[in-house]
Amino acid sequence: MKRKGNWLLLAPIYLFTILFVALPILYMFLLSFLSRAEVWGVDFTFTLDNYKRILEPLYLNTFVESLKLAFLSTGLIVLIGYPYGYFMARMNAVWKKRMMLLLMIPFWTSALIRLYGWIIVFRSNGVLDKVLMGLHITDEPLKLLYTYPAVVVGMIYALLPFMILSVYSSAEKLDFTLVEAARDLGASSFRAFWTVSFKLTLPGLLSGVVLSFIPSMGLFFIADILGGNKIVLVGSMIQEQATKGRNLPFAAALAAVLMILTSLMIRLYRRITGAEQLEGLL
Amino acid sequence: MNDIILQLQDLHKKFDGTGVLNGVNLDIHRAEFITLLGSSGCGKTTTLRIIAGLEAPDQGRVILEGQDITDLEPNKRNVNTVFQNYALFPHMNVEDNVGYGLKIKKVPKAEIARRVGEMLKLVQLEEYGKRMPDQLSGGQRQRIAIARAVINEPRVLLLDEPLGALDLKLRRQMQLELKRLQKKLGITFIYITHDQEEAINMSDRIAVMNQGVLEQVGTPNEIYYRPRTSYVADFVGNANIFRKGAETFAIRTENVLLEGEGPCVHEAVVAEKSFAGGQLRILFTLSDGQKITASRFGIDADIQVGSRIKIGWLPEHAVPVIDDGQ
Repeated sequence: MKRKGNWLLLAPIYLFTILFVALPILYMFLLSFLSRAEVWGVDFTFTLDNYKRILEPLYLNTFVESLKLAFLSTGLIVLIGYPYGYFMARMNAVWKKRMMLLLMIPFWTSALIRLYGWIIVFRSNGVLDKVLMGLHITDEPLKLLYTYPAVVVGMIYALLPFMILSVYSSAEKLDFTLVEAARDLGASSFRAFWTVSFKLTLPGLLSGVVLSFIPSMGLFFIADILGGNKIVLVGSMIQEQATKGRNLPFAAALAAVLMILTSLMIRLYRRITGAEQLEGLL
Repeated sequence: MNDIILQLQDLHKKFDGTGVLNGVNLDIHRAEFITLLGSSGCGKTTTLRIIAGLEAPDQGRVILEGQDITDLEPNKRNVNTVFQNYALFPHMNVEDNVGYGLKIKKVPKAEIARRVGEMLKLVQLEEYGKRMPDQLSGGQRQRIAIARAVINEPRVLLLDEPLGALDLKLRRQMQLELKRLQKKLGITFIYITHDQEEAINMSDRIAVMNQGVLEQVGTPNEIYYRPRTSYVADFVGNANIFRKGAETFAIRTENVLLEGEGPCVHEAVVAEKSFAGGQLRILFTLSDGQKITASRFGIDADIQVGSRIKIGWLPEHAVPVIDDGQ
């Protein structure tokens, strides 16, 4: 009787998940095994060609390049985000609030608009050039817009908050007496950090890695806006195949591979931390 | 026994402009069990943290075996702490917790394993080596915290209200065990508590602390029967404080005589009667408004609240104390 009631309460969530998560994914996988029709739409004949095509150097290379960019930006995000989140958790309540506000203010504006802001910063004779030239650090415009570094900066900018928040929520729970206990037992401050603080905030760090690594392979609009057409990511490729290329099955296959890659990452995260959920999300 | 292992010299410490320690001086003997006793906020934990190196004094020195360790980092001091809430590392099992200090000191693995085994045996938890801290009961965690500190063979072991989180029965049992352990190991224990019974049960000496200074240092007997100040008399023995002219006396409740029991000269009204722990406590109000409590074992039904009666005490039971207004 009671069980039935519980099930009923959960029913909307199940229904939502089935309708808007499970079915679309199933549809996508199904699509990836079909072929493209001559003019428009999908031809219902089973084929593995889409997956074979991904192995062609042009597409495989895009995956490799995307992974490289994701590793690079995630690495930098770790270097900036971990200390930020860790020290924010150590601050007193007033400073915590201020630091959190700094983090939240950008979210009051659309991500796309903020990205266009970076164009103003990066473009030739833009804000950055003017500052650097004004300070006589550089003599001529750096022409950073539509370059690889611009895309990396854009990725870091967009994904850093996820790292900071998940590290913060982990570090917030850290009992500082444990660090004192380690010091008391003979550990140097670095050793105490490494064996206690770092180990206990690792779940937060890793969930931050998952949360920044996965999107950084797919956030095509960042690569498009700040990288011009020069930097093509898996995300951009999928979007192009689905729209301009009018090849939904191939786009579905690309998306399927991307999805398998990312779910592997989440499995790895679970293996290391033993956690069911990503730290900082729930 | 007179061999001094640790000296605290004129320790001062302020937090946000408020003096927490206002000149603490104490010589601690080798292999003694000394208790810092005081209510919360008296500065006892700060004193302990300064000895451990987790806090720096604004002024004053800490001398361990003749060496000034005031400016040494906590990891460079040969003292270890048992923290109030145990502070066991939640991501390490019992063995790794206990062996942590030795691992840091790069002791060979085989020796760590052997000594951890011995330590777990000493605290009677041999079978629990692979457990995680959250799989242990409060009393077990307590013992592991002690084992983790003691394994490093510190010159001085600091214990910050280590029994505070345990229930009364377990507390009593652990008090005896701690005392036994201390005698067996021969390590100096500096023990912090706000529980005077615990202090009297376990300590060789007690240092009563109040508002950042030591009010009195002495054996449990001295503290109990010869309190130096009215604060000590009240805090340790729940003694009556009786003021007469410029003089102040501490009178133990069991020594207050009722009419017919001896020389009674003070007119009093029975204000309250209560019965707890096998003791009847009678609160009297003297004619000048001072309150005096008498205690007796068993229930005495003769005395009615509101009745007038004469009370008194033998002159030798009125211990002159310094009045510090408590």
